[in-house]
Amino acid sequence: MSALVSIRNLHFSRGDRAIFNGVDLDIPRGKITAIMGPSGTGKTTLLKLIAGQLVPDRGEITVDGQRIDQLSTKELYALRTRMGMLFQSGALLTDLSVYENVAYPLREHTGLPESMIRKLILMKLEAVGLRGARNLMPAELSGGMARRVAMARAIALDPMMILYDEPFTGQDPISMGVLVDLIRRLNDAAHLTSVMVSHDVPESMSIADYVCVISGGKIIEKGSPGQLRASNNPWTHQFIHAESDGPVPFHIGAPSKEVDFLGIDE
Amino acid sequence: MNWFASIGRRGINVLRNLGRALLLLMAILRAPHGLVTRFREFLAQLYSVGVLSLLIISVSGVFVGMVLGLQGYYILSRFAAESTLGVFIAASLVRELGPVVTALLFAGRAGSALTAEIGLMKATEQLSALEMMAVNPVSRLLVPRFFAGVVSVPLLAAMFNALGVLGGYFVGVGLMDVDTGTFWAQMQSQVDFDKDIINGVIKSVVFGVICTWIALFQGYEAVPTSEGISRATTRTVVHSSLAVLGMDFVLTALMFGD
Repeated sequence: MSALVSIRNLHFSRGDRAIFNGVDLDIPRGKITAIMGPSGTGKTTLLKLIAGQLVPDRGEITVDGQRIDQLSTKELYALRTRMGMLFQSGALLTDLSVYENVAYPLREHTGLPESMIRKLILMKLEAVGLRGARNLMPAELSGGMARRVAMARAIALDPMMILYDEPFTGQDPISMGVLVDLIRRLNDAAHLTSVMVSHDVPESMSIADYVCVISGGKIIEKGSPGQLRASNNPWTHQFIHAESDGPVPFHIGAPSKEVDFLGIDE
Repeated sequence: MNWFASIGRRGINVLRNLGRALLLLMAILRAPHGLVTRFREFLAQLYSVGVLSLLIISVSGVFVGMVLGLQGYYILSRFAAESTLGVFIAASLVRELGPVVTALLFAGRAGSALTAEIGLMKATEQLSALEMMAVNPVSRLLVPRFFAGVVSVPLLAAMFNALGVLGGYFVGVGLMDVDTGTFWAQMQSQVDFDKDIINGVIKSVVFGVICTWIALFQGYEAVPTSEGISRATTRTVVHSSLAVLGMDFVLTALMFGD
C-alpha cells in the first residue's frame, strides 16, 4: 500500500537546538499511525511540518504526492481543505457556537445552501455524539466535549487525513475512552488516514495500526504495537512499560554521594 | 565590546520588528476584499472598537472642553479678549486635542483590547486552527478589525470635538458670562474649514491607522503565554501613545507651517 505521507531525511531546528536530525517516516493510507515520545521531543512540531505550518531546514515531506514545502500558499490551502487537524485545546473559535464552529469550514469553502449545511452539521455532530450540544458556546463545554466538537469540525469537509495533537492529554477515563473509540471509528467509517502524536502509551497502542517512537531528534523504533511491546531496545522498553529507570536515568547528573553527604573531597 | 554588541543587537531587533510590522500592514492592505466578504464581521468590530469607545470619548471631550473654557477665559480676559474664547476652544480641539486625545484614549480602550484578543486567539491555537482550515487569519481577523479602527477614530474625534465645544460653551457662556453671539460668531468666522477641520480629520485618520496597526501587530506577534500577552498589551499602549505624539509633531509642522 502506498504511503500518504512520506518524510525523507528531515532536519529541523529552532534556534541552535536541533529538533529533528534525519528522520525518515512513511505514514500508510487508511491506517492509524501513532507517533510517540516523551514531552519536548518535537511531536507537535512534526505535525506542524506535515501540515505545512513550519518549513523543514532540509529534507522532504510529501503529502499525497505533493512536496509540502514547495507549494504556493494557494496550493497549500487547497491541500489543507483535505486535511483536518485536532489541536490539543480543541482550538474552537470562542465567539461562535458549537453549530457555527462546525459550519465554519463548510461556509468558507463550499457554496452549499443553508438547508444542506444544516444537515451536514447535524450528521457530523451526531457522529461525535453532540447533536444535542449544538447551541452551546465553547466556554460551556468540558475539555472532552470541546475536543469532540473540534473533531466534528475537522471532518466537516470529509478530509483524507486527520492529524491529532495529543488527543488524550488531561482527559478523565470516560472521555478518554470516548475519544479512543471515536478516533478508531472515524478512521474506519470515513476511510481516513489518522496521524496521532501522543505520550499516552496504553491508549495509543490500543488503537494504532502502526507506532513510531521518537526521541532526541531521531526515530528510535517503528512497527506494530505488538512488535514494540516485545522490543529488545532498552529505550523503547522503558518508554512503553513506563519504567522510572533505564536509559533515561532516574537520577540526573550530580556530584558523588561522598562529596555531597560526607563532605569528602575527591 | 559586549555593550557595543548589545546595542547592535537591539538595533537589529528594532529594524526586524519594523519590517515585520510593515509586512503585516501590506498583507492587510492587499486583502481589502476581506472587507466585503466579512462585512458583518466589520460591522461587529465597528461596534466593539467604535461604539463601545463612545462613552469614554464623550465624557473626556466634555471635560477637556470645560477645562479649555476655564483656562482660556482666565488668560484671554487679562487682555480683554474673552470674545475670542470660542475660536480658542474650537481651534485647539479641532487642530490638536481632538485627534490626539482621541487617539490616546482609543489606544488605551480599544487598542489594548484588540491586542489581548488576537494574542489570546494565538495562545489558544485559534489562529493555527484557522490556517489549518485553509482560512487566512489576516483576512478573516485582521482586515475587518483594521478598517473598523481606521473608520472609528476620525468619527470618535469628531464626537470629541463637538462635545468639547459644548463643554467649553457651558463654562464660557454659562458660567463666565461670555456673550453667546460673539462666542459662536467668532468661532464661525475664524475657524477655517480647509486649514483646521480637514487637517484635523487627516490627523485622526493617520492616528487611527497607527493605533490599530500597532495593536494588531502586537497581538499577532505576541509570545503566546499569559506573560507574553500582558507585555504585548502594554507595548501596544506605550508604542501607540509615543507614535501618536511624535507623528502629531511631524504632521503639525507639515500642515500649519506657512
